[in-house]
Amino acid sequence: MIEEIQDAETLGTNPGDPLPQLPGHVSHGRFERVLRAGHFAVTTEIAPPDSADPDEVLTRASLFDGYVDAINATDGSGAHCHMSSLAVCAILTRAGYSPILQISCRDRNRIAIQGDTLGAAALGVCNALCLSGDDVGAGDHPEAKPVFDFDSVSLTRTLRVLRDESRFLSGRKLDLAPKLFIGSSINPFVPPIANRADQLAKKIEAGAEYIQSQYCFDMDVLKDFMSKAVDMGLTEKAYILIGVGVLPSARTAKWMRANVPGVHIPDNIIKRLEGADKPLREGRNICVEIMQQLKETAGVSGVHVMAYRQEKWVKDVVKRSGVLDGRVPWSPETEELN
Amino acid sequence: MYKVRLWSVRRSRFMEGLYNTVNPAIIAVLKGITKVFGKKLDKPITAAEAGLKGFLFDCQMCGNCALSKTGMSCPMNCPKTIRNGPCGGVRPNGMCEVKPEMRCVWVAAWDGASRMKDGDAIKSIDFAVDHREKGTSTWLKLAREELAEDAK
Repeated sequence: MIEEIQDAETLGTNPGDPLPQLPGHVSHGRFERVLRAGHFAVTTEIAPPDSADPDEVLTRASLFDGYVDAINATDGSGAHCHMSSLAVCAILTRAGYSPILQISCRDRNRIAIQGDTLGAAALGVCNALCLSGDDVGAGDHPEAKPVFDFDSVSLTRTLRVLRDESRFLSGRKLDLAPKLFIGSSINPFVPPIANRADQLAKKIEAGAEYIQSQYCFDMDVLKDFMSKAVDMGLTEKAYILIGVGVLPSARTAKWMRANVPGVHIPDNIIKRLEGADKPLREGRNICVEIMQQLKETAGVSGVHVMAYRQEKWVKDVVKRSGVLDGRVPWSPETEELN
Repeated sequence: MYKVRLWSVRRSRFMEGLYNTVNPAIIAVLKGITKVFGKKLDKPITAAEAGLKGFLFDCQMCGNCALSKTGMSCPMNCPKTIRNGPCGGVRPNGMCEVKPEMRCVWVAAWDGASRMKDGDAIKSIDFAVDHREKGTSTWLKLAREELAEDAK
């Protein structure tokens, strides 16, 4: 077993083949390995194409090669229709990537979600992120029926039942449990700010093993939140990754603040963008600075870079921030070098 | 009614006391009624519960009542019917992402819970609703659970 693990570490495995599950790990995945090894992790988000073309998924993923540990496949984010997160993940696992399956409660009930979770694990997915989901009114099909059979907390617990008790909620046994590393989200930046750490505790109690947060543009609020989380012992129980974003202009920042639910951008950030000669460059500078501060913040285990329509800059900001400490995350290229 | 609902949350501690005194009486009466009439009076009893809780809390009769654990703010008024909220979309002024004219029911819930004696109950997980119970009376459910318990 140990030899097999060492071989896998040094030689890699064929893309699509599951890695061996390390002792004390819940999944076969590379993302869990990075976090449990104590590295500062970097994840990002892939924009699923409005297309049936699998190559488009791989092209978009390749933008992040060598700079991210895992790629979130969004599940109809903003309640807009795109290729499904399950399909995006299946395409990515075939190329060896480590995708995070986002599961929203908006579109599917408990029967569909449990079935999809088994399917995802069967297709090589090792990570799931439990989200409540944006309301249908925010998207391009506002006339759709919102499902919300679960919320993110009940969903998290359900995935833990599938994995740890090897059964459906009904009690019916599974022949093989889905070995998933299970996470959820948190937004420390919107009301009730005083209770957001309590809510984090609830998500962890439900079974979240890692957390990815909403965009952080306000380090003061974040530091308060993290110090509460550390005091409550929550950072011992789950890995906290904080969301960061690349703002291209003051105009976009203002638009996001007004129109994207849950995005908090303080005035000083907007002023900085307004006053900059090259706002695009300044937006990346802000992102780099926040990443560097997060790396030094107690209890923060990594960053989640969300750069919608700015994906080509993810490499740049990760590189300049230095948060990887020279570590080179897996990519199909490093695989070939081996 | 929205205004009454907000009033109930502001007086969550009083409501909690009221609930703790009145509820056992209601359950006792309903146990007696069940013994004599069986399920014959279910409809008017359910309508009475819907009327009273509807007036005070905008109750949606989910049949899985959690008011005492949610700061007296009914979670079924959340457009996403989140039972362990709030979601991450709350507006900076504490209003709902989906209905900007409505205070987030979970901002209200944590606020209400902060004034209650057993407010910490909000920190325990409330697993997803059993949708079979929609439209049924939680009072009758509790009364019958107690009757079944007594019979043991």
